[in-house]
Amino acid sequence: MIKIWSMKKNEDAAAKKKPKVSAAQIRVQKDLTELDLPATMQTNFPDPADLLNFILTITPDEGMYKGGAFVFSFAINSNYPHDPPKVKCTQTIYHPNVDLEGNVCLNILREDWKPVLNLNSVMVGLQYLFLEPNADDPLNKEAAVEMSKARDQFLSNVKSSMRGANIKGVQYANVLVR
Amino acid sequence: MAGSNGIASQDWAGRYDHIDQILNTPGPRTSPAFMAGDGVKDFLRNQAKILVIGAGGLGCEILANLALTGFKDIHVIDMDTIDISNLNRQFLFRPKDVGQPKATVAAEFIMKRVPGIKVTPYFGKIQDKDDEYYMQFNLVICGLDSVEARRWINATLVNLVDPENLESLKPLIDGGTEGFKGQARVILPTITSCYECSLDMLNKPTAFPICTIANTPRLPEHCIEWASVLEWPRVHRDKKMDTDDPDHINWLYTVASARAREFKIEGVTWSLTQGVVKNIIPAIASTNAIIAAACCNEAFKIATSSAAFLNNYFMLIGTEGVYSYTFEHEKRDDCPVCGGESLEMSIGPEITVEELIDMLTEKQDIQIKKPSLSSGSIQIYLQAPPQLEAITRPNLQKKVSELLPTGGEVTVTASTLPFNLSLNITYK
Repeated sequence: MIKIWSMKKNEDAAAKKKPKVSAAQIRVQKDLTELDLPATMQTNFPDPADLLNFILTITPDEGMYKGGAFVFSFAINSNYPHDPPKVKCTQTIYHPNVDLEGNVCLNILREDWKPVLNLNSVMVGLQYLFLEPNADDPLNKEAAVEMSKARDQFLSNVKSSMRGANIKGVQYANVLVR
Repeated sequence: MAGSNGIASQDWAGRYDHIDQILNTPGPRTSPAFMAGDGVKDFLRNQAKILVIGAGGLGCEILANLALTGFKDIHVIDMDTIDISNLNRQFLFRPKDVGQPKATVAAEFIMKRVPGIKVTPYFGKIQDKDDEYYMQFNLVICGLDSVEARRWINATLVNLVDPENLESLKPLIDGGTEGFKGQARVILPTITSCYECSLDMLNKPTAFPICTIANTPRLPEHCIEWASVLEWPRVHRDKKMDTDDPDHINWLYTVASARAREFKIEGVTWSLTQGVVKNIIPAIASTNAIIAAACCNEAFKIATSSAAFLNNYFMLIGTEGVYSYTFEHEKRDDCPVCGGESLEMSIGPEITVEELIDMLTEKQDIQIKKPSLSSGSIQIYLQAPPQLEAITRPNLQKKVSELLPTGGEVTVTASTLPFNLSLNITYK
């Protein structure tokens, strides 16, 4: 058997046993404690002992979604950051990039996720969707068509949906900040 | 099987002639540590204990190679049972074995075919086994198909390293294949770059933009993803999809087929459905054979010191001709598994968490600002987000000794630290 230990002699002899904390846990602790969020975003941990499942509330202070509070659930699995966090909108909202089930179309949550990205980048990306909804990558197709074809109608739909209106048979959640 | 006559009786004359040519005499470039002759043969054949993780495409090859090179005490772990689709390349299995555990069948096959070899199977997960189990081996070879399992065994072997115990350092040889591509690497836990160090090199699994899936499907895969990503949770709510359950695959297949008809897309089949949701890349027997051979060569060289071993990453690209490249993947200082620094701190039993944090921030050599501390599942003090800061703030006034036993490990992260720091706290 090779004498591996001799290769270690140049290293700091004090190299100590590391704690039994998973790499995902350490990464999440690092990501969360270094979050640099604007006042428009807030995290909430239903179970503060569980850092892997939490809520993010976005309250845009400009743009067409101003005045609303949009709530997303984050679920991080043990394979983070190899796997991206699973993010869903918990309300039924009228948005071209969020479907009625709460699925979000944000490239870095799926096809463009990389382990060098972190929770901060995902959150900033989510907020951006409310400032600049993107009709080219629709998930709620009707909303996207409305946005590019009839912008005034779209803006008025956004406003009324945020008040909890029923548009074309879909009951939207009242998301207005109380 | 080795009977009461002992293993030696199985070694008929000339059995290891070819291998012995390498082991009998040192060469001009063999390491001075190489004990040519009986010493090394005795180690290889009577002392070395090797663990093979995975008894699938790579595992079957690895087991056969090891047995034929002369390793005699082999253990194998696999959590899967044999599927009919395995039989084209997992040559230790026969149609009658379908449904049986891979580890058990593979072990029996090898023992029957290669006399004098003891293969001990374990049908279950690697996570079922504790440190003590992994401590018994000299070497670990992996032929796995999952990133998660690799990360687990890698972290386990890195954590096993104890500077006081030379035996605790277990070389890990990791093989992997994807179609015509493959890789073999040697990981010396805490010495060379580990699996986690290279996590960002991994290709991400093919994922399609969710908007394409939802609106403009063009490929059969888009229809299958639509069924599994969007329709399954919508229809089944919280019921978890089990990709090993044929009923679930059937449901996805039916839904995806309807979607494909609607968009006039051809090519949705049952096996494609299974392939997409399980992220299956067709396995090629010859790629497995090459990579398994590379891994077993390394195992042999490490166990015998008969030649220099791989430093440390070999990749094979067989898509266009045969291209291979070997390079040294470097250790990452900020690797959450093998990187980072550790500090021993001996503090008074009266020291509070706040005082400990002050001590850390005053330490010149680590230049830490606003550290967050946790220990296992206990959050000691987190600087952010605000809610967690508020919840953990009362801990600042508590004595560290109230929260942590002596010898307790604290994980420290901070934005000024490019790596994580682990503290080993003892009390004066």
